[in-house]
Amino acid sequence: MRKFWIFTPFVAFIAMSVFLFKGLFMDPSKLPSALIDRPFPSFTLPSLYEPDRLMSELDFKGEVALLNVWATWCPTCKDEHEQLNKIGLEEGIPIYGLNYKDDPQLARAWLERYKDPYTKVVVDQEGRLGLDLGVYGAPETYIIDQHGIIRYRHVGEVTEQVWQELKGLMEIIAAEEEA
Amino acid sequence: MIPELGTFATILALCLTLILSTVPMIGAYTGNKLWVDYARPLAKGVFFFLSVAMLLLAYSFQTDDFSVMYVAQSSNYNLPWYYKISAIWGGHEGSLLLWVWIQAFWTLAVAVKSKDLPIEIVGRVLAVMGMITAAFLMFILFTSSPFERILPNPPAQGADLNPLLQDFGLIVHPPALYMGYVGLSVAFSFAIAALLSGRLDAAWARWSRPWTSVAWAFLTLGIALGSWWAYYELGWGGWWFWDPVENASLMPWLVATALLHSLAVTEKRGVFKSWTVLLAISAFCLSLLGTFLVRSGVLTSVHAFATDPERGVFILGMLVFVIGGSLLLYAIRAGSVKSESTFAVSSRESMILVNNIIFTVACAMVLIGTIYPLVMDSLDLGKISVGPPYFNALFVPMMSLMVIFLGISAFSRWKETPLQLYLSKLWLPAILSVVAAVITHWIYSQSIEPWVLLALVLSYWIVFTWGREFISRLRHRDNVIKGMTRQSRSYYGMMLAHLGVAIMIVGVAMVTIFVEHRDARMAPGDQIEFRGYTFIFDGAREVQGPNYISDMARVRVFRDGELYREMFPEKRLYTARGTVMTQVALQPGFTRDLYIAMGEELENGAWAMRLQFKPFVRWIWLGALFMTAGGLLAASDPRYRKQVKREAAQRQQVTE
Repeated sequence: MRKFWIFTPFVAFIAMSVFLFKGLFMDPSKLPSALIDRPFPSFTLPSLYEPDRLMSELDFKGEVALLNVWATWCPTCKDEHEQLNKIGLEEGIPIYGLNYKDDPQLARAWLERYKDPYTKVVVDQEGRLGLDLGVYGAPETYIIDQHGIIRYRHVGEVTEQVWQELKGLMEIIAAEEEA
Repeated sequence: MIPELGTFATILALCLTLILSTVPMIGAYTGNKLWVDYARPLAKGVFFFLSVAMLLLAYSFQTDDFSVMYVAQSSNYNLPWYYKISAIWGGHEGSLLLWVWIQAFWTLAVAVKSKDLPIEIVGRVLAVMGMITAAFLMFILFTSSPFERILPNPPAQGADLNPLLQDFGLIVHPPALYMGYVGLSVAFSFAIAALLSGRLDAAWARWSRPWTSVAWAFLTLGIALGSWWAYYELGWGGWWFWDPVENASLMPWLVATALLHSLAVTEKRGVFKSWTVLLAISAFCLSLLGTFLVRSGVLTSVHAFATDPERGVFILGMLVFVIGGSLLLYAIRAGSVKSESTFAVSSRESMILVNNIIFTVACAMVLIGTIYPLVMDSLDLGKISVGPPYFNALFVPMMSLMVIFLGISAFSRWKETPLQLYLSKLWLPAILSVVAAVITHWIYSQSIEPWVLLALVLSYWIVFTWGREFISRLRHRDNVIKGMTRQSRSYYGMMLAHLGVAIMIVGVAMVTIFVEHRDARMAPGDQIEFRGYTFIFDGAREVQGPNYISDMARVRVFRDGELYREMFPEKRLYTARGTVMTQVALQPGFTRDLYIAMGEELENGAWAMRLQFKPFVRWIWLGALFMTAGGLLAASDPRYRKQVKREAAQRQQVTE
C-alpha cells in the first residue's frame, strides 16, 4: 500500500503539467464572452448626444457594426481613438459607443476635441450594462450583427492589425446574411 | 563589445556548470576522490563568470547602450542611476540572470561553508545545484538572453522602465525574494543527494536546517517587501490581493514553514524522514513552479511580464525534468526508509505533524485556487476566476487552528507528553488571553468586533503560552540573567518568529476591520474630517521630475485644531511611456497610517481623492521582520557547526 501512495506526488504533478502545457497556448487577449452568439443584453439608458432620449438594444440592430466600450479615464482609449476615427470617419463603418463609467460632460468634450467616430453613443454611467456584457475594462470592442447578436469580442486596443482581422470577420458575417 | 563579453561569460558559466553537474557526481559514484574534489573550484568559477555577466549588464545600463535590446526596453537616458541598477531585474531576461546569479551564489556558499561535511556528500549536493544552474543558463541563452542586440539601427532613446517598478521597493523586493526561492534549492539538493546516496539518515536534516532557515527568512522578507510595495505603490491601499503571482511566492513559503519544523523532528528524533524529504523537494519545486507561472504568462495577472509560449514550453520542459525527475526518484528511493524511533499520540512529534498537515493543506488549497481557473479553461468549462473570498474563507479558520496548536505546543515534549501537563500549564494563559483581549479591544474602540476579538485572543495566546514556557525555563536556573544567556540562539530565533506571528495577526485583523476610507471630490479649500483628523486640500500644482511630470497636491492634516502634517500625493505622467501613475502620500505610524491617493482631475482644479485611515497596518510587516530575524538568528546557532565537526570526526574514525 505504501509503495503505491509514494507515487502520488509524481502522478499528481504529471497530471498538472498537462494542464499547464495546454494553458501555454491559450491567448489571454481572446477572452470568450459568455454572450457570444447571444442577443445584446436589454437596457434602457440615455444617449450621450441627446440626454433626454433613452436608447435600448433595438438601437444596435439593422447592420453589422462595431461596439466600442470607452471612457475618458482610460489612457488606452485615447491611444486607439485615432484608429477608430479612421474606421468610422474614413471607411464609414458604423461604430456604436458605450461610454463606460464616465462623466458625460467630459465624454462630450473629449469627442469634440478628438473628433467623433461614433454613430450612436449610449451612456452607462453606473456600469450596469458593462456588467451585463461582462466587460473586463475599457477598451473592449465587439462585433454586433444586423439582428443585434454579439458575434465577436476583442479585449484591449484596436490597432491597425486588429482592425484588419475584425474587418475580415465583419465581411464574412455580412456575406453569411446575403447567402 | 561589452554585451558580447557578457554572452561569452554566460556561455563559459554554462560550460562550467555542465562539468559541475556531471564530474563530481560520477566521482561520488565511482569513489574517485579527485573528480569529487573538482566540485568546489567549479562552483567558484561559475559564480565568478556569472558575476562578470551581471557587471557587464550593469555597465550597459549605466552607459545607456540602447543597442542592447533589453536595455532599450527597460531603461532610458533620464532614468536615475539607481533605477538603472534595479532595471537589471525589471524585465524577464534580466530577472532570470539575477535568479541564476543568486543560484550560483548559494552554490558558492555551500562550497565554502561545507568544510566539515564528507566530501562525497558535498560533491553530490554541488552537482545537483549545478544541474539546476545549467538548466536555467540554457533557458537564458536559448530563449531570453539579456545581451541580445538591435543592430544595425539601435534606437536613440530607451522605452523606459515600467513606472510601477521605479521605486525603492523594486530595488530590494526581487533580490530578497529570489534569495528565498533559490535558497530552497540547497535543502532540495541535500535531499536529492541523500536519496541518490541511499543514506537517508538524520544527518542530512541537520546539514539542511541552517540553510533552510536562512532561505525561509529571505523568503519571508521578500514576500513582506512585495506586500509593502503593493501597499504604497499600487494606490489601492491593499496589502495582499491573492494574485496568482503572490500565491506563487506564498506556496513555497507555506511548505518551507512546514519543512523548517519537520526538519527539527527528523534531526532530533529520526522520524518523518521520508515526509521531510518530500517537503524539501516540494518547497523548491513550488518555487520553480512559481517562476514558471510568472515567467510564462500562463496565468493572466497584473504581474504577467511576458506572454510567450516558446519560453513557456522551455520552462515547462525544465519543470517536468526537475520536478518529475525528483518526485520519481523520491517514489523509488524513499519507500524503504524506516523510522528510528517511536512516539506517542500526545507528544511534540505529533504537534509538529499537526503543523505540517495544516501548512501543507493550506498550500494545497492555494495551489488549487491558483490552478483551478486554468484547468477549467483548458477543459473548455469557461473562464472563471477564484477570488479573495475563497482564499479568506479557507485561510482564516486554518491559520486560527494553527495558532491554537502553536500555543499548546509550547509545553509539548519529545516522545510523550501527559495530557495533565497540558491542562495544568494551559488554563492560565487561556483565561489571561481572553481577559487581556477583551480589555485591550474595549480600550481601543469601546465596542466589540468578533473577528478582532478572536485575533487578539489568538495573539495573546501565543504570547502568554510561550511566555510562560520561557519563564519556566528561567526558573530552573538560580539566576535569571544566567538562565537567559544559557538559552541557545535557535531557541531565541524560534521565540522571535512565533512572536512575529502574534504581531502579524494583530495587524491583519485591525486593518481589515477598522480601516476607514473616504472617496471624495475635493476642490481647493475643501476639508474632510474623520477619525479625529481634518484634511484640507490646498490644490494641486505641476512639478517636473527627472523622467516625469507630476500634478502634486498639498493636503494639510490637522489634529485637535493644530497643524499635524503636510502630505503631498502625486499623479505622475511618465513621459517616455505616456503612463500615468499615482504616487501615494503616506504618513506612517506605529498604530495607524494615513494614506492619500489622487484619483482623476475634475473641473475647476478639483480632484477625486481617496483618503484612508489604516490602523496597525505596519504590524503586518513588523511581524514578518520578526520572523525574518528569528530565522536568521536560528541559522547562526553555533551548535550546527560544532555538531557537524563532531560527526565528521566520527566518520573519519569509522573509515580509518
